[in-house]
Amino acid sequence: MKVKEKRNLILSIVAVLLCCLYLFILESDSVVHSYAITIIERSCIYAVAAVSMNLIIGFTGQFSLGTAGFMCIGAYITGVLTIPVEMRDQIFYLYGMASWLHDIKLPLIVTLILCAVVCAGIAALIGWPVLRLKSDYLAIATLGFSEIIRAIFGWDGLGKITNASYGVSNIPEFKSIFECVIISAVCIVIMILLVNSSYGRAFKAIRDDDVAAEAMGINLFRTKQLSFVVTSAFAGVAGGLLAVYMRSAVTSTFTVALTYNILLMVVLGGIGSISGSILGAFIVTGSQEWLRFLDREYTWSELIPGIGNTGFGAMNVPLLRNGFRMVVFSLLLMLVVLFWNHGLTGSKEITWDRLINGAKKLMRSKKEKAVSEAE
Amino acid sequence: MADKNVVLNIEHLTMQFGGVIAVNDFSAQVKEGEIVALIGPNGAGKTTAFNCITGVYHPTNGKVDFCGETIANSFKISHTPDEITKLGIARTFQNIRLFPKQSVFDNVLIAKHMRAKQNPFTATFRLNKSEEQRSREETWQLLKEQGLDKYADWEAGSLPYGMQRRLEIARALATGPKLLCLDEPAAGMNPQETDELAEFICQIRDKYNLTVLLIEHHMNLVMGISDHIYCIDFGKMIAQGKPEAVASDPKVIEAYLGTQEERDA
Repeated sequence: MKVKEKRNLILSIVAVLLCCLYLFILESDSVVHSYAITIIERSCIYAVAAVSMNLIIGFTGQFSLGTAGFMCIGAYITGVLTIPVEMRDQIFYLYGMASWLHDIKLPLIVTLILCAVVCAGIAALIGWPVLRLKSDYLAIATLGFSEIIRAIFGWDGLGKITNASYGVSNIPEFKSIFECVIISAVCIVIMILLVNSSYGRAFKAIRDDDVAAEAMGINLFRTKQLSFVVTSAFAGVAGGLLAVYMRSAVTSTFTVALTYNILLMVVLGGIGSISGSILGAFIVTGSQEWLRFLDREYTWSELIPGIGNTGFGAMNVPLLRNGFRMVVFSLLLMLVVLFWNHGLTGSKEITWDRLINGAKKLMRSKKEKAVSEAE
Repeated sequence: MADKNVVLNIEHLTMQFGGVIAVNDFSAQVKEGEIVALIGPNGAGKTTAFNCITGVYHPTNGKVDFCGETIANSFKISHTPDEITKLGIARTFQNIRLFPKQSVFDNVLIAKHMRAKQNPFTATFRLNKSEEQRSREETWQLLKEQGLDKYADWEAGSLPYGMQRRLEIARALATGPKLLCLDEPAAGMNPQETDELAEFICQIRDKYNLTVLLIEHHMNLVMGISDHIYCIDFGKMIAQGKPEAVASDPKVIEAYLGTQEERDA
């Protein structure tokens, strides 16, 4: 028992060190590796959003779809409070920035904490009526909330603060990839700690059987409220990070499609598994980029060298054209959902024990195959 | 004097669903340390009465007092089930309601959540270590006492049926109740298991100083261990008293077996 724990600890430290090393390599030549850096940053930010969504959907069993709304709030708070003071008049040329707000510029960390606090407060307010609803009704109500937020931020009347539909741009980018990765990691670690605490057990009890949970003395409403507040706070932080990553905050980013995209990561990774959500975020973000080669038109001679002079070689390969990437992506998703219908991790966490056992099984089956073939 | 050790006092409890009166003017008293049974044919309103006591339903009329405090009546908003559990009434369910995907240990540990003094902040940042440690030790203790410790890591849903019943009772005990309400604990058990259960109920009553209110169909079980029996049919109380008296009451026999004419026909 003790040996295994030690082994797992060492493996974890090695894994973290390897990740750091990789990031250092990327960071050391950030111009060359800028593409990889953007993919990793984007994945990390979506991982925070996916884990936070998993907290309410996967662990508490409440189907809330308000993520994009809270991300929108976070993005605007971060945007408005971090753009350089000297550029504000230029960005807000149409409405003119409100004078009380004009000179307030905060460091990124402080803004992100503010995002969390504001989103938590708003979540507590709207959770009070909304969390009395169940399943589909809760989903519709939170979805509606998310659209209302988007409408409010795009409203002319708030132009002096939010720049209405023009959005906020020129947000200073991350100083290094570490800033983004470390903030994301801290957020995720906090959520992991919460899920593994007594409150996490209360969440799971409500998910599994709310009547029994109530009979065990768990206050349904307050516990759901807590889960919703924490979820929203971290969605706000993810929104803030996303704004910094994109260097702008515009309402058109935070449509329902964003919520669905994050929901996709949660479902793909495994509902109720934090490591699954992180994996899902990296796979969905990564594969959308890796499949980009499908978006180009090819001639046959490009794919099969040496047939250029047959006349056939000059013809375009059918199907490959702009947008085909998303078709392949959707097909891959369907396959994953068909073959791993509980998500890639199957609602259990990825642990070292599980990985090692899996590897051992794989080795054994290979050996058996080799033996049977030899016979 | 009598009032002093009355744990549960039910007065004129009535529960109406639309035109159906599920429980009609039901009064009962449960005294400290007693095992009281609530019997009646299927659909008599036993579980509805239970649900009124434990806060799942709010009664249409009448009231329920627990240790001198009104926990359910028709005027003010009654206590919610979790508040009632906190006051000291624990219950089990007719069709077992465990958390099937969670371990046996976690199933019991969850009951410790409500009495813990932590808040989300201290719990997240592990500032409540001693409390968490104590909860875990108490849970281990309870599992050992109930003979469930060797199953601690099992998924609750994969336990044999009898063990699931026992786990549900253990989980109810973990909330630290004064009154334990068991809803058909012997459902689906064979005679031998039922006898064991009877012994088990008496044991835990003595060990944890409990008062037990139980709903049951198994006459053997009820007659063997109850101090007092209430029999209801169509929501109305038709008999009450010592087991022997109730067993020989013609109304009770009629409710269970039909009238003499019907039996002859």
